[in-house]
Order: sequence, then structure tokens, then C-alpha cells
Amino acid sequence: MYSEKVMDHFANPRNVGEIPDADGVGEVGNPVCGDIMKIYIKVKDDVITDIKFKTFGCGAAIATSSMITEMAKGKKLEEALKLSNRQVAEALDGLPPQKMHCSNLAADALHAAIADYRTKQRP
Amino acid sequence: MRRVYFDHSATTPVHPQVAEEMYRFLIDHNFGNPTSLHYFGRIAHQAVEEAREKVARAIGADPREIVFTSGGTESDNMAIHGIAYTNRDRGNHIITSAVEHHAVLNTVKALGKQGFTITILPVDQYGMVSVDDVANAITDKTILITIMHANNEVGTIMPIAEIGKLTRERGIIFHTDAVQSFGKIPVRVDELGVDLLSLSGHKIYGPKGIGALYIRKGTRWKQTLFHGGAQERLRRAGTENVPGIVGLGKAAELAVENMAAENEKLRALRDKLIREVTGRFKHVKLTGHPAIRLPNHASFCFEYIEGESMLLSLDMKGVAASSGSACTSGSLEPSHVLLAMGIPPEVAHGSIRLTLGRDNTEEDVDYFLEVMEPIVERLRSISPLSEETGYDDLDRCNGCRISHTCRA
Repeated sequence: MYSEKVMDHFANPRNVGEIPDADGVGEVGNPVCGDIMKIYIKVKDDVITDIKFKTFGCGAAIATSSMITEMAKGKKLEEALKLSNRQVAEALDGLPPQKMHCSNLAADALHAAIADYRTKQRP
Repeated sequence: MRRVYFDHSATTPVHPQVAEEMYRFLIDHNFGNPTSLHYFGRIAHQAVEEAREKVARAIGADPREIVFTSGGTESDNMAIHGIAYTNRDRGNHIITSAVEHHAVLNTVKALGKQGFTITILPVDQYGMVSVDDVANAITDKTILITIMHANNEVGTIMPIAEIGKLTRERGIIFHTDAVQSFGKIPVRVDELGVDLLSLSGHKIYGPKGIGALYIRKGTRWKQTLFHGGAQERLRRAGTENVPGIVGLGKAAELAVENMAAENEKLRALRDKLIREVTGRFKHVKLTGHPAIRLPNHASFCFEYIEGESMLLSLDMKGVAASSGSACTSGSLEPSHVLLAMGIPPEVAHGSIRLTLGRDNTEEDVDYFLEVMEPIVERLRSISPLSEETGYDDLDRCNGCRISHTCRA
């Protein structure tokens, strides 16, 4: 039911972990619903220089989290904000229909991390 | 890669002796239609009746009380719908439990939209229905009580004989779904005091697409769903699935024959599994009753990780298991059974079910334990939840609005 790419990112997720001195942290989902994603970013000159994630959830939730970290790393914040959940799903060669909503939140988590970073930047 | 099948409550491989019997009724002169008058028909007819006797013997019934169906779901639908509509002149109240299989629960709920009143009884922390609750739910309008014999998700065995005693005293028709218990523990219709009982072939090393409904002689029941020919003495229209019926008969015979020895073996493996899983891992709970459970059934909730990711990881190591987890069932809800037992949704998402069968060995259990340890460790290392964080993010919700538990 999952594409090979999903299984690859599930089995070997990229950028797992936490960044203790992160510039921004974004968290979406809820364990009651079965998914929770937490994304940490380091930002320098408006560019995402490092990114890590932690996810509680199904195979799709873990794979999309892993994928968004690869897609966002090295991107300017403006570009990263344009990344959508749909693009993440496409980059993974698609997700089963019932996973499109519940477990496809990785872009939302990234956007939340960027919003957190910007809030912290304000004097 | 080593393959370990721990999903016998989902389905079982067909026993070679069963497959052999079935094959005979696909070829040579044995392919006939049991309704036909001629030689070919007579052979098929005789095979069907012999299978009926075997199924009847396995549950202590009279062969005339057995109707062959397409499986557990049809048996449940046929039993419940038939009783409800045949007894509408006597009342309109139906009692069931919150942990029934969907074949029962959704049939009862559908009747609830057709003028019947339904009571869905709660269960305790082990998934057990209380006999007192059943007694207290009965009204003078109650026409049917349907409670499963053993639960498919957590393996708990219900007090069916006690409920049967009660329903007999009160003159209420009693149905039980014995799909999970039949062939694994003794199922005798008189001891259980049931009027109708559903069973299925593919859970007991028989083929898929065949089941049976036991209907006690004298029960006010009529076929209300299937219209057609006069097969099965007007109780189930449609040409008989002869190879399936023959297979079910053989499977039932073998299951009863081997039950004692098989149980002893499975119980030992199951106990080891439960002992080792609850001993080796932190933050894991056995689900279902610790003692009053199916001999082949072990089920757990692992905290801070999600069921589907466990199943995928196990599958990559060759172990087949299942989960009441939302994500595996195609819906987003955690198991209705676990929620009814009072397990919080966030914990219910981490459920896993291991159901053993005749081909499993102690090496399979050891292999599972060996591969499970790094899986749990890895998934917990990916998870943002842990003992320290707990589930303190529960009040926040991303507002998916899809799940019933969504709080947005």
C-alpha cells in the first residue's frame, strides 16, 4: 500500500532528532488523533541550515516528516513556506488516500517552526 | 527471510487434509449441484449432509439446526436481522455490547434506524460484559440479546453460559458470534444456552467464504435478507458452496479432534509471549483479560509509538501481526474495542495483536522477541513522546476534523 520511497523514508528516516538550541520549533498533530510531529530548525541569514524531526505516528507520518526535512534543508524561509503537504506526498510518489489528511502534516509542522522562529526574532 | 505468521485471528492457512477434501469436490463426478436429482447431484448432496453432521457434532447440535452461509458476517446479519423482523410483534428492543465485531455492531445499529431500540452495553477494563448489566438492560420489549463469545481484538472470553441461563429464564432469544472461539475452546450450544450461533471456516484452517449459522429448533427466526431458491430448507437461498461446505466440515472435525493438544501448546507459547513482552519492555500493557482469554491470543498496547509503524517494521523482519490501530484498518479511529475498555485513544493507537496457530513454534516467539526489541527502541527514539513528556499535548489538535476524536 505504500510506495518504495515511503518505505525507504520510514525504514531510514533522514534527520531524526532534536536541536537543543533550535531557532524555531514547530509542532502539529495530536496523539489522540494518532499523529504528532515536531520539527526543529536552525536559521542563518534567512536560510534553513539545519533541520531535525521527531514523530509519533504511522508509516506515512514518519516518512513525510523525513521527506520535508530533506526538502527544506538549505532553503530560504520564503521558499520553505511555499512547500505544501501535497508536494511532500508527491515527492514520496504518493500516499494512500486515507493518509492524505491524517498523516500528511509535515509541511504544516515546518511552517509552524518558521512561524516560531519569526516570533522569536521580533524584539 | 524467516517468515512468522502471528495473525491467525485474521485468517489461517487451509489444513492440507481440508484442501484435499475440497479438491475432490471440484473434480471427477463430485462437482454436482446438491439440488439435482441425478447421480451427480446425489453425490454432492450427500457430501453437504455429511459436512452438516460434522459441524453439528462439533457444537453439540442437531444437523437440522445448521445452515451454511458465506461466512461469519452473513451468519451474524442473518441471525440478527431475521430475529428482529420475525419477532417484531413481540417487541423491538435489542441488546448487544460495545466490543462486538462490526458484523454484529453495524447490523444492530442499522436496525436502530429501522424502528428498533438498541442498547449497547459497556464493558470493563478487560473487555468483559457484566451479566448484571445484561439483566438490568432487559425490558418487556427485549426480543434479542447478541453478545460475542470471544473478542477478536483482545481475546477476552465472555460469560456466555451465564447470560444464556438468564435469557432462558426470561424467554429472550440469545445469539452469540463464536467466530473467534469456535475450534479454539469448547463451544457447545446447550452448555452456552444460545439459540443462534455464528461460526466461520477460515478462522479454523478451513477455506474463506464459508460459515454456518446454528439456529436452535423452535426458534422464531425466518430468513429476511436473502430471497431465492429453497436451498438449506428455505433458510438460505443460492446453490450450495459444496467445496467450501465440505472444507468447513472437515476443518470443524479436525479442530475438535486436536483442540486439547493444540490448546496446551498454544497456551504455553502465548504465556511465554505475554510474560516476555511485559517483562522486557517498558510502558507496555496487556490488553484483554489476563486469564479468561483465548489460548492463542496475546495483545498489547505499546505507549509512545503507533501501531502501524510497529506492524510495518515487523513485516520488514518477516513477522505478520495486526493492530487495532486506526491506520491499519483504513479508518482513522483507534479500535472501538480498546476505547470501550477505557484505554485512552493515544494509548489505543499503539496496539498490536499476536494470534498464534498450529504451525507456530517457540523459535517463532523467540524470533519475534529478538526483532521486536530494536523496533520498539527505534520507534521510541523517533517519537517526540516519552515517559518524561507523557501525553501533555493532548489539548492541542491540528483540527483535522476527520476523526471522531478530533476536538476541533
